[in-house]
Amino acid sequence: MSPLKPVNDFVVKFANINGSGSASANEMFARSILRMGVPVASRNIFPSNIQGLPTWYEVRVSGKGWLGRRGGVDLMAAMNPQTWDKDIAGIDPGGYLFYDSSKPIPMSRLRDDISIIRMPLTEISNAAYSDPRQRQLFKNIIYVGALAQLLGIDHAILEQMIGEQYKGKDKLIAPNQQALRMGRDYARDNLGDACGLKIEKADAVGDRIFVNGNDAAGLGCVYGGATVAAWYPITPSTSVAEAFAQHCKTYRVDAETGKHKFAIVQSEDEISAIGTVIGAGWNGARAFTATSGPGISLMQEFLGLAYFAEIPAVIIDVQRGGPSTGMPTRTQQADLLISAYASHGDTKHVLLLPEDPKELFEFSALSFDLAERLQTPVFVLEDLDIGMNDWLCEPFTWDDSKVYDRGKVMTAQELESGKIFGRYLDVDGDAIAWRTLPGTHPTKGAYFTRGTSRDRFAKYSEEGAVYQDNMQRLLRKFETAKTLVPAPIVRRAREKAKTGVIYFGSTSAAMNEALAALENDGVHMDTLRLRAFPFSDAVVDFINAHDQIFLVEQNRDAQMRVLLVNECGIDPARFISILHYDGTPITARFIISAIAERIALKSKEAAE
Amino acid sequence: MTYIAKPKLRHPGIAVNRLGFTHRDYEGSVSTLCAGCGHDSISFAIIQACFELNIEPHRVAKLSGIGCSSKTPDYLLGQSHGFNSVHGRMPSVLTGANLANRDLLYMGVSGDGDSASIGLGQFVHCVRRGVNMVYITENNGVYGLTKGQFSATADKGSKSKAGGSNLDSPLDLVSMALMVGATFVGRSFSGDKAQMVPLIMAAMSHPGPAFIDIVSPCVAFNNHAGSTKAYDFVREHNEAVNRLDLMEPREAITVEYAPGTSEEVALHDGSTLRLSKLAADYDPHDRIGAMAYLQSRAAAGELVTGLIYMDATATDMHANLNTVDQPLNLMSEKQLCPGSNGLDAFNAAHR
Ligand SMILES: Cc1ncc(C[n+]2csc(CCOP(=O)(O)OP(=O)(O)O)c2C)c(N)n1
Ligand code: SF4
Ligand SMILES: [Mg+2]
Repeated sequence: MSPLKPVNDFVVKFANINGSGSASANEMFARSILRMGVPVASRNIFPSNIQGLPTWYEVRVSGKGWLGRRGGVDLMAAMNPQTWDKDIAGIDPGGYLFYDSSKPIPMSRLRDDISIIRMPLTEISNAAYSDPRQRQLFKNIIYVGALAQLLGIDHAILEQMIGEQYKGKDKLIAPNQQALRMGRDYARDNLGDACGLKIEKADAVGDRIFVNGNDAAGLGCVYGGATVAAWYPITPSTSVAEAFAQHCKTYRVDAETGKHKFAIVQSEDEISAIGTVIGAGWNGARAFTATSGPGISLMQEFLGLAYFAEIPAVIIDVQRGGPSTGMPTRTQQADLLISAYASHGDTKHVLLLPEDPKELFEFSALSFDLAERLQTPVFVLEDLDIGMNDWLCEPFTWDDSKVYDRGKVMTAQELESGKIFGRYLDVDGDAIAWRTLPGTHPTKGAYFTRGTSRDRFAKYSEEGAVYQDNMQRLLRKFETAKTLVPAPIVRRAREKAKTGVIYFGSTSAAMNEALAALENDGVHMDTLRLRAFPFSDAVVDFINAHDQIFLVEQNRDAQMRVLLVNECGIDPARFISILHYDGTPITARFIISAIAERIALKSKEAAE
Repeated sequence: MTYIAKPKLRHPGIAVNRLGFTHRDYEGSVSTLCAGCGHDSISFAIIQACFELNIEPHRVAKLSGIGCSSKTPDYLLGQSHGFNSVHGRMPSVLTGANLANRDLLYMGVSGDGDSASIGLGQFVHCVRRGVNMVYITENNGVYGLTKGQFSATADKGSKSKAGGSNLDSPLDLVSMALMVGATFVGRSFSGDKAQMVPLIMAAMSHPGPAFIDIVSPCVAFNNHAGSTKAYDFVREHNEAVNRLDLMEPREAITVEYAPGTSEEVALHDGSTLRLSKLAADYDPHDRIGAMAYLQSRAAAGELVTGLIYMDATATDMHANLNTVDQPLNLMSEKQLCPGSNGLDAFNAAHR
């Protein structure tokens, strides 16, 4: 097997131990490639643990700009003896193993179809440092210096990054740069051209930014005008609330008084968190919570109240592997059904399905407009892959002429002028009634909010016809929602296609690469990327216009298919599900082989 | 925004308060509770307190959970917005409402099942957080609405209507509130209007978390001999430690009180209550002392009522969070959105 020699197109994977300080070193490695003008996509695969368990960091280098996981590994930096065998086995034939050769490893535990690059990292680090923590931390920097040398990353870029990272803590700059140089020098003097993978300077990054989704969501909530946040810590959503707090400190502290134009409550549980969001929404503030699957389970009763009593609320759900505690640090798209139909009784909720941090920023901000316009809970369904990994995306933008849509809130003046107020009265024909906020007017517009059945003027009623009238209006309101949520994005194949592909959320990045590869192989498919629930008519039209539809999801039970079949009355046989749910982000290779296999099967069947 | 209440046609003999409102203006829908239910007396006391305090009804937001007690916000302050939320979770909803607009008066009305059973967690956390509110539990020792099962406040050994005996230890919400930092704590009895009304007025004037537990017999399921929440039992064992009376404007100068036996409590509308001692050794400003006193009297089978504890210097959740004075629900995108300039810095920091 001859060694692989790609330029700007390969996968590097680091196998480390949680808590060893490798995360920031690995991230610096990825960012240095970006500074070379070459796009990267990075993914953290980490355990639910603070210290000691295996963790991996994968860097997809793609001069063409593919940002999903490709699948496979070309260079493995194996730093964790616990996972050694599995890590070695995962390297593509012709690939490279880089490891700490301070302790000898028997040949029997290596492979002969890969190139082996040995470096005595622990020895080098121990010789230079005496403090155990320093030995560990600088070992990470040393291997970054060595790998950069092997791959051809400009050393000056790394030195500059160290300077930026430790700005203000200047004492740390020199030792880090020294460690970096130790790595570089060793590789230059001892490893020569052992690695065929190369980074060449390019201009393919442009002004794009490298950002994680939870940071983007927290910022989106600031931009969307959220003033109240209530949350209970849970991986992988915690950093949404933390990002919101941090951005509020930057953007929402009154310059004169030092007072806060926001309120954040760390609730005692998720029931309380959503209750606080609903109380604030009822009283006219934009409010959100951030949580993950177990939190959504706890919020069910309250979500039904918000649906039925028609109260705006935003829920950012960072999906992780379920059921139960499941795989808390792995990714999935498995909260679709519990969110879409949250709570007992007949309910439906609006879902937004962002594909990356940039869209997540936009949808987070937009969710408050939708929640207030529709007077209902709006879920922003992101996932761990988007939320906790750094993604290369277009810089965030904001239209300064944008005015928040505060929905139908009747003012004291309008009440005074004699406008009819019926809290559940559809006066405009869009099934959205007007509401009033507490404290608006001394004698007009007060009403009693309840989870029990009531008439159009908010009077308690258990009369069947009155109840049905209200339930029908809620259904019609969902029709209105279809016209307001982000439309799906349809892409036509180069040639007329009878096959369609539907996908959504974080699958997008790997899907883009898979589609290009399939198209190159002559497999032409139109695609539709869902961006929201309820589904607009365009979704139904797309499905009807194709003989078969591949539906790609990251869950076991094809939850999106259930939703589409249920909501659009489509024959389930029209869909061929492609399901990836092992907890790692879906890869381009997985999609390509799954689709190719089924297409081959089909053509074989046709031939027989 | 202030509105002058329009003069209304009314019987010349009917009392009006300083805002020109009659008692009627503080009423709500007609109650659907059982005749004689203690909860109705509490609603009446709240109405009376708001009338006496000259509160603008629409500046009150009334919130509740689920239960007979939680229905009562519908039966008072018809010009206030009300929110009948879910069972045991009113405290979190009230917290959010209060965060959205700090300028309204928040009244939470709940039951012993709602606050001590299913909602105990929310109750204590809401108090812990220092939410500025008046929180009233209408405590009958049972779940009235689901037909009389014991709640967590039922005393051990108290008899059910069917003759069974409660086996579990009781949970005392007053002690609980003291322990988790309520800065105003009172207890009363729905059969004692003279005690309830000024206590509610004082609570409504308090700038922090104010809690009042009101024993409120359930005539349908828990008013028989052997029940410790029955009218007769409570009357016999009620020990008021002090009394509150509304002071006439000139009273302070004309009436002499023995030193140490009374003090004044300032109210929302500028008027004053006189707090006079009934139990000579009881100090309502000593939290630890209050807790010990409650425990020892409870052990003797007596129910301590009155103003149990008050910290007049209290602050609230907004002070803790350092929120702006303007209600958050009034802020516009101009105040809240950092705009494209803000993004320039963010983008630059992520390259
Ligand atoms: C989640 C949930 N569980 C159970 C109920 C049924 N339920 C309604 S009211 C109530 C008890 C109310 O007791 P309390 O708060 O003491 O009010 P009371 O009727 O005695 O005034 C129960 C158990 C409910 N509404 N919601
Ligand atoms: S059942 Fe009891 S608590 Fe409920 S209304 Fe009747 S008397 Fe009151
Ligand atoms: Mg009760």
